[in-house]
Amino acid sequence: MIAYIIKRLLSAIPVLLGISVIVFIIMALIPGDPATAILGSFATPENVEKLNRDLGLDKPMIQRYFIWLGNMLQGDFGRSFSLNKDVLDEISERFGATLVLAGVSFVLCSILGVVAGALSASRQFGITDKLITLSVLIGISIPSFFLGMMMILFFSVQLRWFPVSGMWPIYGARDLSALLSHLFLPAVALSVVATGVIARLSRSAMLEVLRQDFIRTARAKGLSEARVIWRHALKAAMVSVIPVLGVQAGFVLSGAVYIEMVFQWPGVGRMLVEAILKRDILLVQGGVVFVAACYVMFNIVVDIIQSLLDPRIKT
Amino acid sequence: MTRFMALFARSQLAFIGLIILSLILILAILTPWLPLNDPNVIDTSNRFKRPFSEDSILGTDHLGRDLLSRLLWGTRLSIAVGLCAAIIAAFIGSAIGVIAGFYGGHTDNIIMRGVDMLMAFPYILLALAIVAALGPGLMNALIAVAIVNIPFFARNIRGVTLGIVHREFVDAARLSGMSNAKIIINEILPNVFPVIVVAMSTTVGWMILETAGLSFLGLGSQPPQADLGSMLGEARAAIITSPYTSVVPGVMILIIVMAINLVGDGIRDVLDPRLKSGALSTPRSTTEVAKNKSDAGLKTQTLLSINGLKTEFRIGNRILKAVNDVSLTVDKGQCVGIIGESGSGKSVTALSIMRLVSSPPGIITDGSIDFKGDDLLKLSSEDLRDFRGKKVSYVFQDPLSTLHPLYTVGQQLSEAIQSHNHVGKLEKHKKALELLQAVRISNPEKRLNSYPHELSGGMRQRIGIAMALANDPDIIIADEPTTALDVTVQAQILKLFQDLRREKGLALVFITHDFGVISQICDKVAVMYAGKVVETGPAAEILKSPAHPYTARLKSCVPELGQGKRNLIAIPGFPPMIDNMPSGCAFASRCGKAEQNCQSAMVDIKKIGQERAVRCLFPEEIKAG
Repeated sequence: MIAYIIKRLLSAIPVLLGISVIVFIIMALIPGDPATAILGSFATPENVEKLNRDLGLDKPMIQRYFIWLGNMLQGDFGRSFSLNKDVLDEISERFGATLVLAGVSFVLCSILGVVAGALSASRQFGITDKLITLSVLIGISIPSFFLGMMMILFFSVQLRWFPVSGMWPIYGARDLSALLSHLFLPAVALSVVATGVIARLSRSAMLEVLRQDFIRTARAKGLSEARVIWRHALKAAMVSVIPVLGVQAGFVLSGAVYIEMVFQWPGVGRMLVEAILKRDILLVQGGVVFVAACYVMFNIVVDIIQSLLDPRIKT
Repeated sequence: MTRFMALFARSQLAFIGLIILSLILILAILTPWLPLNDPNVIDTSNRFKRPFSEDSILGTDHLGRDLLSRLLWGTRLSIAVGLCAAIIAAFIGSAIGVIAGFYGGHTDNIIMRGVDMLMAFPYILLALAIVAALGPGLMNALIAVAIVNIPFFARNIRGVTLGIVHREFVDAARLSGMSNAKIIINEILPNVFPVIVVAMSTTVGWMILETAGLSFLGLGSQPPQADLGSMLGEARAAIITSPYTSVVPGVMILIIVMAINLVGDGIRDVLDPRLKSGALSTPRSTTEVAKNKSDAGLKTQTLLSINGLKTEFRIGNRILKAVNDVSLTVDKGQCVGIIGESGSGKSVTALSIMRLVSSPPGIITDGSIDFKGDDLLKLSSEDLRDFRGKKVSYVFQDPLSTLHPLYTVGQQLSEAIQSHNHVGKLEKHKKALELLQAVRISNPEKRLNSYPHELSGGMRQRIGIAMALANDPDIIIADEPTTALDVTVQAQILKLFQDLRREKGLALVFITHDFGVISQICDKVAVMYAGKVVETGPAAEILKSPAHPYTARLKSCVPELGQGKRNLIAIPGFPPMIDNMPSGCAFASRCGKAEQNCQSAMVDIKKIGQERAVRCLFPEEIKAG
């Protein structure tokens, strides 16, 4: 098992390198001159040239990439000019908020999605199945940012159940209950699409499994139908559901951008959008690499869980 | 194409989606010619006019612009952008996929590594990075969304291409000297095209959502031009005071994407039956029983007695009579063999006893199955559960697919024990060990922790038998338990069954197509053909002198040791289709002795001698013992 974990971690290295190359290439495509973008169009040519030298932009591409990579590995992601702050500091301040939001959403959509899908499959063509299928269809078709806005309108403005936006109250204690009441709406809004996708897949995976011979064996043993569905069928269906959970984690993590904008959540997504609008390239670059790297790591965890579930995977 | 439309129309939801989508598309196309107010004329004196006010049906936005007009123009733009992104992504992605799949080797390796790298990014993050580089703008958002979706197409199309690149028609094209480019265009593309269409129809909704999302963030369309996303983004500031300015574009996106998803599902179901699994029905926990006549519940002294059982499969308009009026009795401690070719209904008969025939499509339409005086066909699912595995248990044919792949042998055994006895953990463990010893598994302690895939075929079947023994049943039904095993293991498993019968005094229903097996362990045998029992009687007598021509033929298919030179004769012809039974004897068309009246009317089973019965007008002569 430990050998497998080490193997998976090692296999992440080329992927992480690939990610850094892709981000670097995308950022190198930027038309125009970053120095001009930073200094504004009234900068003198001398100043632009000096800044280019300071930023190392006068060196060849390949050399620049390795300098950038080396710096990153030492924890130096550069400095954000718009915030006049160390990029890594800013990211680590913001990432916690995103992690809370995306993490809770992910747990929510995984549980709800799998349960809804399994329930739907076990009552195939029944009224429960039809209701779930319809809700899922709406769920995967609604833009999360629109849903978030409507939730604010209804639950915060009309019913006054939850605060309108933000992560913490402006005045008052920053305790768990304050966090939860701020977190509830954005987490639900963020999880809806992923819940739909997971429910759809779980349903078809369950239907596939329910036709298998070992399900008939379980019934021949005289097991209760609940046990057949929730123990035997669901466990086998999870083998094909778990990889999708990994993909959906990526959707939730990056889809947080919209929700963070709608709910004024102080996370990395909002930081990225603001940085893009201000053309703060180093901040964008650092943020994208950081989030993508976290996602790669998360997928390793998913693989490990998968190997624990399915003994047929060679570890 | 007409077939396609017919299949498509059968799914009502997809049809509704298509109608809604067509309406929206027509509106979007006609927008420039509709008598609308200019979408971009600012009139700050008429800000936030409510819907249904004069000369603006949907009201006005924060700059006093007409919402209906902006909605239609925005819809037009959003659909156009989403569609363009889908086409670009489909085109480039499919090209990459076809090239990778067609050339294979290093080309494939390098391309797919790149694709995997792109896929390692969380979806929207990559789009953000691309927009960050290119700068905000609708065109750039379109490019970003297209690029992000390329890997999806590349992967899918590569998979399909790999599947067809080694097929005969491609080889033939190669041999005829066609160039690679020509092969791709003439042979590969037409075959991957349906997959491209399916992939597009399932992703175009996504792409509309994503471009709208980027516009919502202010990274897509720039003012004054507005798509649905940027309309929502601009309306956000006024969400509390004038919510309708947000509701209008938001609901429009929802409707468009939902209609597209409905149509996409419809297209997928029609074009790609592989993915259609969800549409097939899965079996329920017990076989449905639908008897039109009530039977006079006759109580018998035998352990198990099947009377006039009829089991059918209803698939569409076809009715397949798999078991057609089968009667059979099993006494305590007796071993009854059911023999017949594949499709003769022997397994369905056995599964009917446990009500484990897949239902739908299976349905028991007549007969009774009495077990110690209870009619199993009348039991509720709940009562039946108490009976399954406890009174009668089942050993299936293929032990690999019938054991749960993700539970250990020990877990599956203790579950079987637990399902009818509430015992403690230690007790369960002890019993599981005993069971493994009873089926002669060496090193049982270690085997408890093994998974089915770690065991040999013979060992797996022993586990299957151990599980059947878990609750000391009265009868074990063994459904071709040795067919999937090699010959030496077969002999061991047969011996195990013999020993268990002697030790535990249990009755055995043994299903097989092999007379050799019957001769080894069965007391009594029933020969089945086309859903009917054609001959029953003591195994030894029938083996020595079969009465039905079919039994005789079946027996002569089996080579016997020490019989010297003998021709093995295959039975000519095929069994009849069970949805189209002949009116007379089902075997008549393959029978050498058949005469005219064999085919005219149904042949009844009649007694010959003390314990034997045969369904034949001209039975073979019985040699006296």
